[in-house]
Amino acid sequence: MSPSRKTINELLTAYPFLSSFLEDNNINYKGNEDKTLREIINLLDKNEQEELAINIQQLEENLESFIEQMSEFLSDDDEEVTSITIFPGTDKSGAPEKYESLELKKGEIVCIVGPTGSGKSRLLGDIEWVAQNDTPTKRRVLVNNSVPDSKWRFSISDKLVAQLSQNMNFVMDLTVEEFVTLHAESRMIEDIEDTVKTIISNANNLAGERFSKDTPITSLSGGQSRALMIADTATLSKSPVILIDEIENAGIDRKRALDLLLAEDKIVLLATHDPTLALLGNRRIVIKNGGIDKIIETSEEEREILAELEVLDKRQMQLRNALRHGEKLQ
Amino acid sequence: MKLVTFSGPPSSGKTSVILKTIESLRHRDVSPAVVKFDCLYTDDDVLYRKAGVPVKKGLSGSLCPDHYFVSNIEAVVDWGLENSYDLLVSESAGLCNRCSPYIKDIKAICVIDNLSGINTPKKIGPMLKTADIVVITKGDIVSQAEREVFASRVQAVNPKAIILNVNGLTGQGCFELSTLLTEESQDVTTLKGKKLRFSMPSALCSYCLGETRIGENYQMGNVRKIDLEKGENSESK
Repeated sequence: MSPSRKTINELLTAYPFLSSFLEDNNINYKGNEDKTLREIINLLDKNEQEELAINIQQLEENLESFIEQMSEFLSDDDEEVTSITIFPGTDKSGAPEKYESLELKKGEIVCIVGPTGSGKSRLLGDIEWVAQNDTPTKRRVLVNNSVPDSKWRFSISDKLVAQLSQNMNFVMDLTVEEFVTLHAESRMIEDIEDTVKTIISNANNLAGERFSKDTPITSLSGGQSRALMIADTATLSKSPVILIDEIENAGIDRKRALDLLLAEDKIVLLATHDPTLALLGNRRIVIKNGGIDKIIETSEEEREILAELEVLDKRQMQLRNALRHGEKLQ
Repeated sequence: MKLVTFSGPPSSGKTSVILKTIESLRHRDVSPAVVKFDCLYTDDDVLYRKAGVPVKKGLSGSLCPDHYFVSNIEAVVDWGLENSYDLLVSESAGLCNRCSPYIKDIKAICVIDNLSGINTPKKIGPMLKTADIVVITKGDIVSQAEREVFASRVQAVNPKAIILNVNGLTGQGCFELSTLLTEESQDVTTLKGKKLRFSMPSALCSYCLGETRIGENYQMGNVRKIDLEKGENSESK
């Protein structure tokens, strides 16, 4: 039977996620759960229907599309993304890129370096759009070594790339707990309460200063916001690739943040010019004039520099904490 | 010539998105033109001209911009045809959330931004709900979580639309949008006989006709009264 002919009760039993659909479409069904969508709309007089700008036919079609999309999103038969392979295209001047192919594997950190405007966004855009020689760079992207499903382009709930960029802020007027709950609901998570707890506690492990679940998200410090965004994205975002655009050093344990993402089997792309971070990756992609100029493997010598930097980093963090707690520096 | 209609709340980023998208189209040798509809004031035509895009503008003044749009779009299309542009973009500001500027069989794009709040998709009528493509802007300044929640709210009110995140400043997503503008849409030769997707907000009361006095005696025509006792209003007693 077509969903449009089911009563609200039957619909909500079969598809619990429809409660958000009904709410977002301003359908007030309270007391009329035994009626179909059309019957409820017909209870409104013409003026009221006009006021709500409802077209019942369109609404029924939307109901069916929504059920279809959500059922697909919730089904577990999606193939897990284990690798993404990028084949060369051209740079801005049309010269071919000088690498054979670039394979990004899950659980890996790859850094992206190059000046602003060099083409980092376009590379990311190519991955997100799973380019098939049809973008300005003419690159080609494979997912799990095969030509990808077009759903990656258009599905809003299955995106290949999640992004944490530098100038991001929280703008909603909610507490930390309300906010993470809202996100979990929109991702149709089953065990919302526990998931929310885990995310908040993970975020607190990353943040220099602790915050409570009742803190309004807009009053979190820069470091706390970053910590919450990373913990939240690690757990709730379904995207297999996470791009992080520079994690500032203040108020967040960056190494732990990356470990958290890697534990969730993400492919982590890190756009950074901070040597401590850049050396955490196994490789770094150098972007120049819109193209990938070269791919550098992190060498043993470079890793030794990392050990040096980590000592400095720790020392700086320690001094920062001492300042925060009103102690004398020594 | 192909015609696409862009619409969206004021300051959602329509002009920036269109400009960046046009840049991509030009790389593909598509010659575009723009018509900008607004209410009281716009200097967006200057921006288009600066980018070398042929542009016309129309200000609706005291009229409903939607009504003004539909009464003029035919003439504008004729202008586009006479000049043999490949793509005519009409850009109009949605002012009252009840706007309904889209035409059947003509590609319709709604631009809204992440900063407008997660309840916004619920508040916007046909302008969002009947669009073919919904472009969500300003994603670079909100968190990944807020982007995902916002997009899922848009999906709930318009599950059939293609939803794209576009950055009007860097142009990220504009190339992708440009490919969607020209594919699968038919050339227009005239708008005669075409229909709107949804009826426009209705009006025509004495105030539309210049009445300024307040009071029952001066209200004529299409007038509707707030019911202070009915529904949720009754709870406030």
